Amino acid sequence: MDFKDYYNIMGVERDASQDEIKRAYRKLARKYHPDVSKEADAEARFKDLGEAYAVLKDPEKRAAYDQLGADWKAGQDFQPPPNWDAGFEFSGGGYSGGDSAAYSDFFETLFGHGFGSAQTDRSRAGFHARGEDHHAKVLIDLEDAYQGAVRSITLRTPEFDSSGHVTTKQRTLKVKIPKGVKQGQRIRLSGQGSPGVGNGHDGDLYLEIEFNPHRLFRVEGRDVFLDLPVTPWEAALGGTIKTPTPEGPVDLKIPQGTSTGRTLRLQKRGIPGEPPGDLYVSLVITLPPADSDAARHLYRKMEKDLAYNPRGNLGA
Amino acid sequence: MKQQTLTGNLLDERAELSLKEISRACSSTSEWVIELVSEGVLEPVGREQEQWRFSGTSLLRARAAMRLQHDLDINVAGVALALDLIEEIETLRERLRRIETPTNK
Repeated sequence: MDFKDYYNIMGVERDASQDEIKRAYRKLARKYHPDVSKEADAEARFKDLGEAYAVLKDPEKRAAYDQLGADWKAGQDFQPPPNWDAGFEFSGGGYSGGDSAAYSDFFETLFGHGFGSAQTDRSRAGFHARGEDHHAKVLIDLEDAYQGAVRSITLRTPEFDSSGHVTTKQRTLKVKIPKGVKQGQRIRLSGQGSPGVGNGHDGDLYLEIEFNPHRLFRVEGRDVFLDLPVTPWEAALGGTIKTPTPEGPVDLKIPQGTSTGRTLRLQKRGIPGEPPGDLYVSLVITLPPADSDAARHLYRKMEKDLAYNPRGNLGA
Repeated sequence: MKQQTLTGNLLDERAELSLKEISRACSSTSEWVIELVSEGVLEPVGREQEQWRFSGTSLLRARAAMRLQHDLDINVAGVALALDLIEEIETLRERLRRIETPTNK
């Protein structure tokens, strides 16, 4: 288990006041909130931040965490010392709002048990006869969004058994994924949520579409992005090259005199829909290695014959 | 036993969720959703509350609103502002991308 440096995560000193911690949290939370930030690791950072704040804002947890000492480094393999929490009075009712599953093993080991039943009902106040709605993510491949697919998904639902212990119940559903779905879109399956009580209807299940990371393509909305390696001569002279798309390879015409980073837009080759997305192909010029006499000779010849200076206007 | 394949509703730009349904899908109350509507965060089709229909896009917005409100401790007006700005940035990013790249048919 890795040690987590909550002070470092929050960017505050170990002797920071509660006010400073709150300010730091507010500021970072706005910055890394997954609904706000476009950074790839925003979700992980936001989670870490929430966890750090859950500990540091609570004087009891913070004191307990502090006595682990300042010598631990983030990422270091960590085992809590025996009776590490002896002598601390935990009032329970611990961390608010979050489901404990969202926190790290490190947090769970330290605060998961000793701090009272933290998971006590984040209650839907009152008694609803209708079953609760559930939300789950379903991972699909980009190709599935182009063609549609049927996916089997396995859901684990925590349940209390008759003696009050939590067990997880597994069930598998086969679900049709319609063509043209986008990242983040929901599919609603009526009656697949929690069972209703009495005459109440069953809740619904909302599936959030998420794409598996693709070896070649990146996706934003219905637009799809590809980095396409090209040779210097293809870039300089232009030409037609075979290019992969999620629907299979196509012939792509490269204009002559293309520079690296240049992007070509293939209209309506993105995810189908109204309107369909586009496919963006960014050209990346790659150099053949100078790993033979012949190759080195060619480079030398280019150096001599082309007299090319890309730094001509840098004034150096 | 062969398992039956379920076909769900894809919640897209078409409006098909009622006030009750969208509130439930956000694990929240109708009052909260009504507040989002009066703040202009959600724009249902239909005049009377009983006839309101929300799109899948509204559901995404409502759930984002819920997360922002909960995680950042901001009120509905603040959430409305944040969502508008986030959306505007996304639109601008997309325009920038289109301007920077030529079309190749």
